[in-house]
Amino acid sequence: MNSSRRNRRRLRQAGWNAVGLAVFVVMVFPVFWMISTAFKSNEQIIALKPVWFPLHPTLQHFADAIHKPFFWRDVLNSLIVVSVTVAVSIVIAFMAAIALARYRFSLREVFVVLVIGIQMLPQAGLIIPLYVVLARYHQVNALSGLIITYMTFVLPFCVWTLRGFLLGIPKDLEEAALVDGSTRVGAFMKILLPLMGPGLVATSVFAFITTWNEYIFARVLLNDQAKQTVTVWLSYFLGTSRNTDWGALMAASTLTAIPVVLFFIAVQRRIAFGLTAGAVRG
Amino acid sequence: MPGTSTTAAAAETTLQPSRRQRHFWERPARFSVPYLLIVPVVVVIALVLGYPLYWLGKLSTEKYGLFELIQHHGTSVGFANYRSVLHDQIFWHTLVRTVIFTAVNVGLTMVLGLLIALLLVRVSTVVKLMLSSGLVLVWSMPVVVAVQIFYWMTNFQNGVVNYVLTQLHVGNFEQHDWYATPFSQLSLVTVLIVWGAIPFVAITLFAGLAQVPRDLVEAAEVDGARPWGVFRDITLPVIRPILLILTSLSIIWDFGVFTQPYLLIDQSKITPGNYLMSTYLFEEGYLKADFGRGAAISILMLLIVAALSVLYVRKMVRIGREAV
Repeated sequence: MNSSRRNRRRLRQAGWNAVGLAVFVVMVFPVFWMISTAFKSNEQIIALKPVWFPLHPTLQHFADAIHKPFFWRDVLNSLIVVSVTVAVSIVIAFMAAIALARYRFSLREVFVVLVIGIQMLPQAGLIIPLYVVLARYHQVNALSGLIITYMTFVLPFCVWTLRGFLLGIPKDLEEAALVDGSTRVGAFMKILLPLMGPGLVATSVFAFITTWNEYIFARVLLNDQAKQTVTVWLSYFLGTSRNTDWGALMAASTLTAIPVVLFFIAVQRRIAFGLTAGAVRG
Repeated sequence: MPGTSTTAAAAETTLQPSRRQRHFWERPARFSVPYLLIVPVVVVIALVLGYPLYWLGKLSTEKYGLFELIQHHGTSVGFANYRSVLHDQIFWHTLVRTVIFTAVNVGLTMVLGLLIALLLVRVSTVVKLMLSSGLVLVWSMPVVVAVQIFYWMTNFQNGVVNYVLTQLHVGNFEQHDWYATPFSQLSLVTVLIVWGAIPFVAITLFAGLAQVPRDLVEAAEVDGARPWGVFRDITLPVIRPILLILTSLSIIWDFGVFTQPYLLIDQSKITPGNYLMSTYLFEEGYLKADFGRGAAISILMLLIVAALSVLYVRKMVRIGREAV
């Protein structure tokens, strides 16, 4: 009797595991298929019966992808846009986060509404005014125009996430330092900054990912191929050619995804909490 | 008894000088410090969002095309743009289509996400680790990359989807063109969006499920409660707040989604028959360079999303009020 119940439980567990594995296969398959295609030979790619694993992997498609016009140019553009956006955003967002987490002030509520509300704005609804205004100040087709646009959309997320990290650090620590005779700035440098290290890194990395992945503003604000970012470059990859180079497309996709995937996996756990506050867009 | 109050008073008098001193220099500083701290963020937002939003309002009442863009000057037309949009059949069809599209996408995302979260609780440790790593991997995929993968998988000549469906005897999908009808196009976009959105929902809900009291579930099971009863009476109340937040976020995101439909359907195949709110706006306003009319569409869209967001923003503000 007892053993039959144990068997039934074991059977049920095996059933759940099988379902879990099936879900895993379905969810991960597209990513697997991208990588697998990127390493296959052209004959294997267009074979009517799909070849699941590339047994004789080739790096040819990766070579083709990076030798496409403007690849390095656009990667460099992305890196410039991303690093300036993140560096400036994180500093000024941290200041605002301190205000939110450590001070009471009368416009606090208004500021919170602003920070949350902006994250809800559909970006498509803002392309026209941004395009027209930036065109007036000759910021269309310039990386600087894209950078300030990105900052506006990265800042609210950074403020909100950093605020969350700051709340996790007890106030007593800074107050103890103040009693010990440190100035407020000294207390900040000695106590708060080292403790905030992981939070600042995680938030920066997440801001990096959102900016790197952004498509719509880069598409609208940069027309010149030499000035585009890597996501726009990838979206134009197929162009109008009738013979699609699927291998190179998947190799290029893999290359675009690699930095994001690595960074994301590194910080996902830390940032998951802040995401509920409306960080990534679908 | 009087003794204690005297001691307390004495203690207070000895403490007071130092306290007053700190207040003396801190008060004016303390008053302005938070404002100084938020100034940079507010300035950036005012410049890059506030000013364009003012322009959006202005543009929506003007005739503003490429000529006016070069001249830096539009001509006022009152509410003609709004009238034109609101009398446009395409606008109303697009709105209805977007509402249905959003409902289907959010519904599928939430149901599948919740099922996977519940599944994660039940599988063994190894499978749990595999499945959750897989979800994080999918979550991390850039949208533009995901679009290219789906485009390749659904290619009519040698897309793997057609092969697998034919092999599974779902039907004959050889050379099936998934991009032939608006319904088929938007269904593909739905699959792409739901696939990309499931990880966030599933992992967040799984974290929430950890708060469900285990002993309560076990006790209910011993008492012979049915799984559905356990879910409804014990699990659901615990995760309801998270479910609400995730649902409202998904509604807001899916209503305004642009990159997936625009790139997967392919810009050259975007027609009034498969418009969603954001692709409609992009085609009619930006690509046709009719910025005035596009601005009117934008404002209508922003108002709809603002109405959808009220609940969510209020909830977050309440969270923001906590713990100062």
